[in-house]
Amino acid sequence: MRPKIKIAVTGLNAIDNPGPGVAVIRGLLEAKSFEATIIGLAYESLEPGIYMHELVDKTYQIPYPSAGTELLFERLEYINDQESIDVIIPNFDAELFSFIKLEAKLKALGIHTFLPTPEQFEERLKTNLPDFGKKYDIDVPKSETIYSLSDFSKISSDYDWPVVVKGKYYDAGIAYNFEQVQMYFNKISAKWGLPIIIQEFAHGTEFNVTGVGDGNGNAISIVPMRKQYITDIGKAWGGIAITDQKLIDLTKHFIKETNWRGGFELELMKNKEGKFYLLEINPRIPAWVYLAVGVGQNIPEMITNLALGKEVAPVTKFEAGKMFIRYSWDMIVDLEEFEKISTTGEL
Amino acid sequence: MNINKNIAVSDSGFVFNSTTGESFSVNPIGVEIIELLKQDLTIEQVNQNLLERYNADIVTIDKDVSDFISLLEQYSLIDKQDAA
Repeated sequence: MRPKIKIAVTGLNAIDNPGPGVAVIRGLLEAKSFEATIIGLAYESLEPGIYMHELVDKTYQIPYPSAGTELLFERLEYINDQESIDVIIPNFDAELFSFIKLEAKLKALGIHTFLPTPEQFEERLKTNLPDFGKKYDIDVPKSETIYSLSDFSKISSDYDWPVVVKGKYYDAGIAYNFEQVQMYFNKISAKWGLPIIIQEFAHGTEFNVTGVGDGNGNAISIVPMRKQYITDIGKAWGGIAITDQKLIDLTKHFIKETNWRGGFELELMKNKEGKFYLLEINPRIPAWVYLAVGVGQNIPEMITNLALGKEVAPVTKFEAGKMFIRYSWDMIVDLEEFEKISTTGEL
Repeated sequence: MNINKNIAVSDSGFVFNSTTGESFSVNPIGVEIIELLKQDLTIEQVNQNLLERYNADIVTIDKDVSDFISLLEQYSLIDKQDAA
């Protein structure tokens, strides 16, 4: 008989730029090593996962990261009193640091996590990517951090057009002239704050890799994917699992050199010469993780077992050529449900 | 000349490169040429094989096979060192 485990998951915003929560939950519910009960943790009352009762047993609203870790911890303490949570899998970049900081306090409550260390989280930040590339001998596009548009004027001659204008957590735009840099700078900084990152535009084909590191330099899982269908904002709406050995070796190198702990997503660009450039490291499971589950590597299950201190054997096999194709689905929701989550913060 | 070992070809002519995730469609003759190359035949042997089975002259076959192989190279379906 499989043990019953209660797992809290964030990122229930299965919207056009989806959070990973729903895909993570699907993996957890298909786990062979345990039987999962899912507690949703939501920021907004319209996150679709809240209403997916076949996937989520109960949802609680939690405070935004900007409210501070103390408030988050108080809320998690309350939720834990009701639910006795075994594991939390946070899925947003912006909330991760709070959960990393709370790791020991959560453990004292009996809640386990398997997250990158604060140092790992810090050094792979977009603002630190050039140093990261140098330290670990990984090719990255040239980039610089700016706090104002006048900062950009000082460095603009070092870059060819177009340049990529990136927010520190999310959002990016490709700017072909100064006016477009200005537009993206204002738009992204208003939403995500400063600094803004200016990155050299890397031409080529985009590839992503998801996986898990055990924290001791070992790769527990690696699944590379090529985006096949990309939305207006660059998100994969369809993708295919591939076996590029160079990509797998590069990912093993990343895990080994950084002793990466937890799930991750590498975003890479392959140029015409076949050379890979690392564009970003997301220190969490990506929204397309269900492809990894579908090809034989259940990353959410692995992370849960690692969080619980269990031995997890590395898996290297997966079925290349399997694809994911995303779709949107209109749910019909009773007003009472929306009312309940909006007023009580629970559903 | 070797077809990249990560290439899968179906009977219907669907070609999938599991290294890059790219897929292509080729016609029945294309499937035949790929299958012959997979058996490690040289270009001359492929040409001869087609000459024996189709009503076409060697010049035409040689040109068409060369063009097709150039396409395979262009799309990295043939290992470059083998194609050289």
